[in-house]
Amino acid sequence: MRFVVRRLSMFLFTLWAAMTLNFFIPRFMPGNPVQALQARIRVKESPAALASILSSFGYKPNAGLVPQYLTYLKDMLTGQWGASIGLSLGEPVRDIILQAMPWTLGLIGLTTVIAFALGNVAGIVAGWRRGGTLDSWLPSTLVVTANLPYYWVGMLLILLFATTLNWLPADFNYDPTILPGFSPGFVGSVLQHAVLPAFTLLVTSIGGWILTMRNNMITTVAEDYVRMARAKGLADRRIMFGYAARNAMLPNISGFAMSLGFVLSGSVLVEYVFNYPGLGYQLLNAVDNNDYPLMQVLFMLYTVAVLVALLAADFFMVWLDPRAREKG
Amino acid sequence: MKFASLVKNRKALIGLILFGITVVVSLFPGLFASQADADVIGAFAPNLGPSTAHLLGTTSYGEDIFSQLVFGARQVLVIALAAGGFATVLSVLIGITAAYLGGVVDEFLSLITNVVLILPTFPLMIILARYAGTSNWVMIFVLVATGWSYGANQMRAQALSLRNRDFLEAARVRGERRAYIILFEMMPTMTSLIVANFLGSALYSVLAASGLQFIGLGNRSSDSWGTMLYWADSQEALQAGNAMWIIAPGLAIAVLSAAFALMNYAFDEIGNPALRPVRRKDLRKAKKAAETLEEKGAGHDAYVEAV
Amino acid sequence: MTPTSRPSEDTAALLDVRDLRIVYDSPRGPVEACSGVNLTVRPGEFVGIVGESGCGKSTLLFGIAQLHTAPARIAGGEVRFLGEDLVTLPPKELNDLRWRNLAVVMQSAMNALNPVRTIGDQFEDAILAHEKWSDEEIRERSAEVLRLVAIDPVHLGSYPHQLSGGMRQRAMIAMALLFTPDLIVMDEPTSALDVVAQRSLMVQIKELQQKLGFAVVFVTHDMSLVSHFSDRLLVMYAGQVVEFGPTRTVFDTPSHPYSRSLLDAFPSIRGPKVPLLGIPGDPPNLADPPEGCRFNPRCPVAQEACRSEAPELYTLEASPDVQSRCLAHRPTDPIDISSPATEVTAS
Repeated sequence: MRFVVRRLSMFLFTLWAAMTLNFFIPRFMPGNPVQALQARIRVKESPAALASILSSFGYKPNAGLVPQYLTYLKDMLTGQWGASIGLSLGEPVRDIILQAMPWTLGLIGLTTVIAFALGNVAGIVAGWRRGGTLDSWLPSTLVVTANLPYYWVGMLLILLFATTLNWLPADFNYDPTILPGFSPGFVGSVLQHAVLPAFTLLVTSIGGWILTMRNNMITTVAEDYVRMARAKGLADRRIMFGYAARNAMLPNISGFAMSLGFVLSGSVLVEYVFNYPGLGYQLLNAVDNNDYPLMQVLFMLYTVAVLVALLAADFFMVWLDPRAREKG
Repeated sequence: MKFASLVKNRKALIGLILFGITVVVSLFPGLFASQADADVIGAFAPNLGPSTAHLLGTTSYGEDIFSQLVFGARQVLVIALAAGGFATVLSVLIGITAAYLGGVVDEFLSLITNVVLILPTFPLMIILARYAGTSNWVMIFVLVATGWSYGANQMRAQALSLRNRDFLEAARVRGERRAYIILFEMMPTMTSLIVANFLGSALYSVLAASGLQFIGLGNRSSDSWGTMLYWADSQEALQAGNAMWIIAPGLAIAVLSAAFALMNYAFDEIGNPALRPVRRKDLRKAKKAAETLEEKGAGHDAYVEAV
Repeated sequence: MTPTSRPSEDTAALLDVRDLRIVYDSPRGPVEACSGVNLTVRPGEFVGIVGESGCGKSTLLFGIAQLHTAPARIAGGEVRFLGEDLVTLPPKELNDLRWRNLAVVMQSAMNALNPVRTIGDQFEDAILAHEKWSDEEIRERSAEVLRLVAIDPVHLGSYPHQLSGGMRQRAMIAMALLFTPDLIVMDEPTSALDVVAQRSLMVQIKELQQKLGFAVVFVTHDMSLVSHFSDRLLVMYAGQVVEFGPTRTVFDTPSHPYSRSLLDAFPSIRGPKVPLLGIPGDPPNLADPPEGCRFNPRCPVAQEACRSEAPELYTLEASPDVQSRCLAHRPTDPIDISSPATEVTAS
């Protein structure tokens, strides 16, 4: 129980820290939201409208810093995220986010899970069979591929498959001429547009999983209890998964949650390269256009996502590793 | 000792060579290309393909891509090494202090480390970079601020495991001061971790910096490779048929990253011999060392494990 | 190498290791960790294997049980167990023999037991690998073996880290007894325990042995401990057997200078005060062993001949059940070792 309490309080504390950071960064950096807004908007809105838009994300220049901060916290937590002051002026931030989220979750979420699953299995097998020809060049190759810049790989893929071969589309998440819905045409188009971005992410992230799992397996396989399992006469496959992999995987699980953070970060660029309208794409637009409301909410959401993943990983770990239960 | 084993390892050797080439190019760009070729708009015809006159072709502004690449190397390397270096220093300071002082200080520092660790770095970097400006120093600051936490945890973990080791106890009993123990007893044992950390941070910096530059948050008038990609993208190089403008800078980034990654991996292998390729190893020595260690450890463990 | 003569051709031997050579493949070429080891174990017998760290005793043990891993490999010899040569036995038959007839107990139970599974699960594992018993039968047998080692069967649901070191070790022994095997090989099972626990564990093993009739091969560096409990003692040095015979004989009258030095290093607590003697020097580098007798650089009575002629394992004339690898016991032309070592002429 203590364990749960500790974890949750850590979660809340980090969330609070992130939101506070979020609140203060725009205010302490050079640049004034009002001026920026005015510069952008030119003559479109009346001063009153301007003021109300600004106040909707907590910018009440007349109110004190503390009241602003408290209102901001309250608004963030209750989903009152105000309206965008960027490209889609006036559109509720919540709508923008809800629209973009499924695309990012689908693309990033799915790809990460696949990369994790495939990568770990490949790593288990690679670590189990040491000394083969595969083992001599695979780690080095993976070390290189796992560190390629995501966005460059994306561009190369576009160059090859879209521009040169014209097999796959290079932009957006579906063909704009097709009406969204569950029709086969639409679904097909969605899948088609997802191939390149997903593949980019997969190719660059899988290497890391294979490597870490392989390394963990190697260390685990050298352990006495694996030798013991052989001594007992257990079948190879049984030992590989039930004894070696089961233990080797433990460090990877907490690693998975952390890596989610990295993947989310990297996906920003992938969405940018492919003009894929997910949350990362929105973030870049927001930053480009000084769209504070949108920026702040996005940043908070990213943080929440990573925290949730970490929490889930922690609980998962406790379930899998009896030693962790004692540590509290 | 470390350098010798580094050179013997094939991966490290390749990484070292690639890194060395980059260093040479960044120190003496003038030997390989001319600044004017790189920066003067309209110096040459735009969008030329690779040829003997222009090894990598020209940009849509008529600049020689190869020259840009050469002159950009210094920027990239400086950022990588500076950011990597400062981040490592910070990690070491915070990690070791937390581990050694323990108690409230440790709790506090660990809390900060974990919070920073969890925050999504790239969005944070984007926001920071957007507001803080585009100079290289800002870039370095942003990278260090977001990149130190991972290393700090590692340092702390290792320092903790070392803290109770006998040789440190011996130093304490001798009456050595804390600072002495930390600097001259603990840290030397941690050198491979620190070096590995530095390489990892440098790697991270190369990729993150070019990423930020790619979306336009760096110094847009530099020849840095990420910035080159930014211009290539905004000038729609892919569609314009100037593939080399995209391929070349990206490849350079990939090569430098690979250099750091390979050296980093080699350090991992040196630290954990089990990871080395099976065929090339002297297992007997390691086995003997292990058995001797077991022997020494057995006495200690006996008291711990007694019924 | 000519096969050495054995004290008695044991056709009834349970385990008969003949001329076993185990080699490690290192970057500088193969290194012989075990050179031509001969060892017999009779049913119900307790054979102790002693030696310094790095002498190859654990390698030997794992080699015998076919549990060695790359880069170690068996380069020659036979391991005859229940009529089969384990070295050449196909994996399926080998697996059948495992645990049913040949069980293993390892040094540190903390490492040898899977940390993420309960004791009961690990017992079940071993059982199900060979038999299709019902859950009830598995539980019963598991509880039974635990009681044999004085552990409350409630611990079937415990994880390894929840037990004390001594209990873990006993649990491992219990696990080895699941099928009441013919032979249990043990690799330093007492090294991680304190002296009291050590003795109590040894007593327990001995009792179980008498009750259930299994043979034991026990590897350790603690000669005095094993000598109280073993029937026969095998002394290893630098990958070779240097002495092998009934424990009492070897202990009271060691016939090899190394064994004698080992024993001298453990003076009796009740005996007269004697200067504490160690064995100067280090074990040799097996990649480049010394010329002649491998022990000669450190031997207190080494003679000229020892530096150039490698002794074989000779049967003692006086006690035919003892073998010794020393030129002093060479049947034809034994050398005289009553005088101290001559100067080392070559390093």
